[in-house]
Amino acid sequence: MSADRAHADHVHEHPTWKQYRWVALWLFVITIAEVWAYYIPALVASKAFVPAILIMMVVKFTIVVMFYMHLKYDHSIFRRLFTGPLIIAGITLVAFLFLFSKVRIG
Amino acid sequence: MSAIAAGAHEAHEHTHYTTTGLDSRKIAIWAFIGSECMLFGSLISTYLVYKGRSVVGPFPHEAWTSPTGEIFKPILNIPVTSMSTGVLLFSSLAMVLALAAVENRGKPGYEGILGSSKFWLLATALMGATFLGFQAYEFTSFVHEGLTIRTNLFGTSFFTLTGFHGGHVAVGVLWLMTLLFIDMKRGLGPKDTILVDICALYWHFVDVVWIVIFALVYLIK
Repeated sequence: MSADRAHADHVHEHPTWKQYRWVALWLFVITIAEVWAYYIPALVASKAFVPAILIMMVVKFTIVVMFYMHLKYDHSIFRRLFTGPLIIAGITLVAFLFLFSKVRIG
Repeated sequence: MSAIAAGAHEAHEHTHYTTTGLDSRKIAIWAFIGSECMLFGSLISTYLVYKGRSVVGPFPHEAWTSPTGEIFKPILNIPVTSMSTGVLLFSSLAMVLALAAVENRGKPGYEGILGSSKFWLLATALMGATFLGFQAYEFTSFVHEGLTIRTNLFGTSFFTLTGFHGGHVAVGVLWLMTLLFIDMKRGLGPKDTILVDICALYWHFVDVVWIVIFALVYLIK
């Protein structure tokens, strides 16, 4: 494949201003929900609090990476360059938490 | 090869395309971001491993009375940090609009403020500087309340993690100001898209790191 052809293959349409505006609104709403959850003592004391915060964090992370960083639209090599080290970082984090008894099985 | 393809090929001769057909600078910034993932992964791991293991206060979420009877309240200021988080999130919106303005210069629908890359670059840099201002305020108030990098494990891991992040934001602000300077000097157009694109990728990465720090450090007790 020639360089021109390969370059043509990854030509893509980025989101429009309206889509960017929606993305910003969603990020804002999720952040409000995170902070709101923090101020509800019953929710903070429940087992659902940590998973809820983690899920909202992952959703915000994914939205920024997919739409603002254009990974949804760009060449797959960029996705691999990002997700590979991200997975290593995630595994390292979980391994350390097990190693130092922050997370227990059973 | 058609005339258009020939023209495009000629234009590419002066750029940095690799055998994949992708710009080497964009591959480099993604590889750099990948390495940064591991750097921040290790810093966040360290913070989490040491979380709750400080022998003396102040603590992030709990009040503490020192042996001398001094009372310390929970040190994290969630309302202030929520505002700084909002500012950083909106700076990402300004950044994508700066990129869109450069990429679509002269195209219909990109007239006025929406097509002003100078405005959006300046807005992004200002919001980044505002975030740094919030962080300086937070660090100063912590020191006044008795928490320094040497006080306890929380202080050490907290200042290291958030300080590294703040350093990255500061580099991003300098990068944005450089782009703004180039834009004011000669103007940025579609041929300069890659210059703004790699800066935008770096800026959004700084944003996603903060999304993780805000949840893990500030919100989860």
